[in-house]
Amino acid sequence: MNVSVGIPASASLALVSAVNLAKRYPVSAGWFRRDRSFIHAVDGVSFDLMPGETLGLVGESGCGKTTTGRMLVRLTEPTDGQVLFKNQSGDLEDIAHLKGAPLKDFRRRAQMVFQDPYESMNPRRTIFDTVAEPLHVQKIGDHSERFERVSETLSMVGLTPPASFLFRFPHELSGGQRQRVAIARALVMEPSFVVADEPTSMLDISIRTGIMQLMNELADRLGIGYLYITHDLAVARYMCSRIAVMYLGKIVEMGDTEDVLQYPVHPYTKALLSAVPVPDPEATRDALSIKGSVSAPVDPLPRCRFYDRCPIADDYCRDNDHPPLEDKGAGRLAACHKA
Amino acid sequence: MTTDPVLVVEDLKMHYVTRAGTVRAVDGVSFAVARGQSLGLVGESGCGKSSIAMTLLKLLPDNARLVSGSIILNGVDLTTLSEDQMRAHRWDRISMVFQAAMNSLDPVYRVGDQIIEALEAHSASAGRDAMERVRELFDLVSLDPTYIRRYPHEYSGGMRQRAIIAMALACEPDIIIADEPTTALDVIVQDHILREMQAIQRSLNMSMIYISHDMAVIAEVCDVVGVMYAGKLVEFGPTTEVYARPIHPYTKALMSAFPSVRGEKHDLTTLPGEPPDLLDLPAGCAFHPRCAYATDECRTSIPPTVQRGDHWATCWNPVDDLGGE
Ligand SMILES: Nc1ncnc2c1ncn2[C@@H]1O[C@H](COP(=O)(O)OP(=O)(O)OP(=O)(O)O)[C@@H](O)[C@H]1O
Ligand SMILES: Nc1ncnc2c1ncn2[C@@H]1O[C@H](COP(=O)(O)OP(=O)(O)OP(=O)(O)O)[C@@H](O)[C@H]1O
Ligand code: SF4
Ligand SMILES: [Mg+2]
Ligand SMILES: [Mg+2]
Repeated sequence: MNVSVGIPASASLALVSAVNLAKRYPVSAGWFRRDRSFIHAVDGVSFDLMPGETLGLVGESGCGKTTTGRMLVRLTEPTDGQVLFKNQSGDLEDIAHLKGAPLKDFRRRAQMVFQDPYESMNPRRTIFDTVAEPLHVQKIGDHSERFERVSETLSMVGLTPPASFLFRFPHELSGGQRQRVAIARALVMEPSFVVADEPTSMLDISIRTGIMQLMNELADRLGIGYLYITHDLAVARYMCSRIAVMYLGKIVEMGDTEDVLQYPVHPYTKALLSAVPVPDPEATRDALSIKGSVSAPVDPLPRCRFYDRCPIADDYCRDNDHPPLEDKGAGRLAACHKA
Repeated sequence: MTTDPVLVVEDLKMHYVTRAGTVRAVDGVSFAVARGQSLGLVGESGCGKSSIAMTLLKLLPDNARLVSGSIILNGVDLTTLSEDQMRAHRWDRISMVFQAAMNSLDPVYRVGDQIIEALEAHSASAGRDAMERVRELFDLVSLDPTYIRRYPHEYSGGMRQRAIIAMALACEPDIIIADEPTTALDVIVQDHILREMQAIQRSLNMSMIYISHDMAVIAEVCDVVGVMYAGKLVEFGPTTEVYARPIHPYTKALMSAFPSVRGEKHDLTTLPGEPPDLLDLPAGCAFHPRCAYATDECRTSIPPTVQRGDHWATCWNPVDDLGGE
């Protein structure tokens, strides 16, 4: 089924397009309070991802990154909005409508590397079975072909020699080794779109760099598009051509990674950059201008989501709705009344 | 800070027995942590950092063998304690933030209740006091108090990690082992939590072992740092010394490949070769197949300890001797 809703012109080239995505969770406030409150986990998020492109998604813990990623691969159903995905004939389709063979094809082509590597692993299955499972489900190759392909993928992610890992169980691996099994499991399918949720957070620099190079090479060679969720801005700098910064369910800034990192526009992005620690024991950093405290987005007021913590907020910010994400020049999008 | 040690670990060896052979995950490790001190542990993925932590807490899987060594916490050798005796020490005297933090909350209980349970099992605070303490702890780790009554599945990844940090701090232990405690947190929340933890550490004179791959966080948090490679400590010393004048070629490689958000964007380098196979370690210095400075002795004989004051490393060809290059 082709989509009839207004597709932005640029989206016709896109691999994946998020259109006004929203997810609200009802809040369990307690036994006596039955009035409906909602967490606005994701609140009107839109972007396009091109084939071969890596879009970085960064932002505060709890701001809705994982929820956004899960909606893109249809593991969480949006409350509002759509996810459009380029199908094999090159048309954008609303993934909510997929069934049968097209759904199965989508499941093969869109993979997720989970933030918690345990989430995608059955503790009673060996590493071989874990990585081979998607091949099995999709009936790809016979046993010896799968064995080859799994071994090769394990070496690609630095689990060498593969023979010493294939028949271990997930709990017999270190944290970073498990993370790499999760990456291998997603890549073994040769997908066209991968949501990678903090895929290298537990890896040391050297191994992490190796994985980043592998993912970049696959993007160039196979045209894989990645949504790369990370807290590590240096990783985003090396992995992502564009970056989107989220705060409490909203994208507050988006643009070319290098530009955003060198000249942040939104006060939250500025605060984030000033908090990056430096690898020098003699260095001291000033206390941050904003507090670490997090407000949960329960029934947010119609004002800028960052108002309570913003160092430059004024009365206008208090009395008006959350600012739109708009072009602030040179293709930079930001949502701030004062930027 | 005094130099009186809280924890002294001597020649610790812990191996895993597997069908494919013996994994030498902790292979003769010795170090001490002074009261109020923070020790950072760094090293490649799979080198044995979490294994050391789990051995110190004696929370080992069935296939683990404590081969040798002693773990002396406040004068008591933990290796000689029964499981019952050990249980009295855990949380209360030695506590831990697990690396698989997201997995270590019980999915069927509200998070606040889980922390209250830990508090009531180990200290006098109960009822209202315990609830008050949970609020304090939630504030400390920047969690909204409404989350006290929510279940783990309603938390984001980083929120679960923060709940685990709160739990580890609950009983004010003598020493806390934090295994990658802030990997799932954005830098602002991380900054806040690290500052709070340092403040608590100072006020209680608590010690900490901080495991991380993030050299920048280690630089901010730790007084001393130990660098591990293939189950062994290969370098150890005051953080400022180790960062300014690394002795071991592996440490030097770790320091140089650091990606940054600021300044010129340079090419990232990886360590050549493959991570060591702990089932089948190379002879001599385990790092020799990947080392740019390796000589014949490195391939055959165990390297000697090079001592520079309270900073040491095990290497045949210390890089600081070679003019630092
Ligand atoms: N199943 C759920 N039920 C209720 N609330 C949820 C659920 N899943 C997520 N939330 C809430 O939605 C918000 C966004 O969560 P999400 O996991 O997307 O955050 P995140 O940006 O990935 O954070 P982190 O960086 O900490 O992983 C949080 O406030 C969280 O508490
Ligand atoms: N139960 C087990 N049985 C067999 N081998 C194991 C077991 N647990 C861990 N290992 C192996 O022991 C080695 C050390 O693991 P450990 O978890 O201590 O590493 P780590 O330094 O914490 O790594 P990471 O930074 O990736 O978390 C790894 O090579 C791992 O594969
Ligand atoms: S709109 Fe106002 S409150 Fe919001 S970020 Fe900009 S200045 Fe701060
Ligand atoms: Mg998340
Ligand atoms: Mg570990």
